[in-house]
Amino acid sequence: MNWLASLREQRDRLWVPVLLIVAWEIFSRSGWLPPSLLPAPSTVCRTWADWVFSIDESSQANAGRWIHDALASSVRVFVGYAIAVVSGVLLGVAIGWWRWVEKTIEPTIQMLRPVPPVSWIPLAIIWFGIANKPAIFLVFLGAFFPVLMNAIHGVKTVDRNLIRAAAMMGGREAQILRYVVLPAALPSIFAGLRIAIGSAWMLTVTAEMVAVKSGLGYVLWDSYYFLRYDLVIAAMISIGLLGFLTDWLIKLLMSRILHWQHGQTVQGRNH
Amino acid sequence: MASIELKDIVKIYKDRKRGTELLSIDNVSFSVDSNEFLCLLGPSGCGKSTLLNMIAGFESATSGTVSVGGKPVLGPGADRGMVFQQATLMPWLPVWENIAFSLKLAGKGAEERRAAAQPFIDMVKLTGFENHYPAELSGGMAQRVGIARALLLNFSVILMDEPFAALDAQTKLEMQEELVAIWQRHQGTVVFVTHSVDEALVLGSQIAVMTHRPGRIRELIKLDLPRPRDSTSAEFNEYKRHILALIREESALARADAATV
Repeated sequence: MNWLASLREQRDRLWVPVLLIVAWEIFSRSGWLPPSLLPAPSTVCRTWADWVFSIDESSQANAGRWIHDALASSVRVFVGYAIAVVSGVLLGVAIGWWRWVEKTIEPTIQMLRPVPPVSWIPLAIIWFGIANKPAIFLVFLGAFFPVLMNAIHGVKTVDRNLIRAAAMMGGREAQILRYVVLPAALPSIFAGLRIAIGSAWMLTVTAEMVAVKSGLGYVLWDSYYFLRYDLVIAAMISIGLLGFLTDWLIKLLMSRILHWQHGQTVQGRNH
Repeated sequence: MASIELKDIVKIYKDRKRGTELLSIDNVSFSVDSNEFLCLLGPSGCGKSTLLNMIAGFESATSGTVSVGGKPVLGPGADRGMVFQQATLMPWLPVWENIAFSLKLAGKGAEERRAAAQPFIDMVKLTGFENHYPAELSGGMAQRVGIARALLLNFSVILMDEPFAALDAQTKLEMQEELVAIWQRHQGTVVFVTHSVDEALVLGSQIAVMTHRPGRIRELIKLDLPRPRDSTSAEFNEYKRHILALIREESALARADAATV
């Protein structure tokens, strides 16, 4: 009965969501609102199950297509995010380290940064058409700036004495960047990575609602046109779960790489 | 083994806020022979750390030359090991990697670095702590890592900038004893900056007493005391009395100066 014991341990975390779901179920069945406007959790679950496993065709054309939709969205997130991380970290380190790079490049970036990525949609569509590319472009825009800003901050706040110590030991500039500045900036860079993965999912879904004909965001918007709010909610929860999962993966990677922080920061306390 | 030579060193700082120039070091010349342990003793603000940073290559003199082993100092380099006031260890590296960091910069592999670090780990009595991270060390242990790191980098010239200032009294005494023991066993030229008369007398083979700003060498004292130093002996206290008198004289001058400005 191990799982029961652990369930009991998790009781404090579980009772609020369980209570909410039960209340929602009761409210939906009470007839205060037409059931199509606020489908009960049980209905959402059944539709979702059909979307995933194609059981009873309750999700109609989407039956059994969930993994396909989830993969389509994930690929866009992954590609756009990867480009943003590589370019954001490289450029951020360069801006943080070399004064002349900061002077020449940073003003331009600071002017582009306040432009909401969503407002690029029209240009993204005319430049890249209706497919993966505009979505990837938007994901890149959403993820790039948080990665960049945190990388710059991380480099700028590196303890100067560590750089001195490395110089004392004969470190050349490239070595100091690689062996001192980059590792010292990693905690800040990871903070940026976690903010960026949130933006990445947000923008994939937005792009799929407008400029792409596949993925979870597309299903969500399409179901709205067909008044299938059970599917809308199932898509919302799917996106939330995938976002949670990717953030968890980044956290896992972070605790592996930044294991030296344990016992040094408040964050290390809980692991 | 290398000797250190400073010739006609002048350092002027520009005070931008007041638009004035500040003479920080005024024509300092001295040399440290090989295997000497020189303590630079002076009040805060006298420029002793600045002189040390010049030997290390972190700062340059307004005029004058610094040379180590006959070669002029143009910048920081691996021929001089420095121990900082704070240990300044890479927090993401375990003890042994911190000690052997200079070998990583020299492109040596992990096995070689690990093997090279061990004798230094043993020397500073950190055996068993090889894989600890800096955050898991006490202040004294972290400073030992800093010393081992400087020793591995270069035995012949070690520069120390008040390395024990942040330690508690007992740890400080222990560390001083160990430092002297290591120096006696392995030799090397040491320049040790301190503002503590006792510390200078316990450690040094020579003491350079500096004046208040602008910094000059007031007196270079060669200590003729047996080791281990006995801080209760008559000779020890005679030196101490002499140095304290110099310092008192200097601070009186400083006060008089401040009054006329």
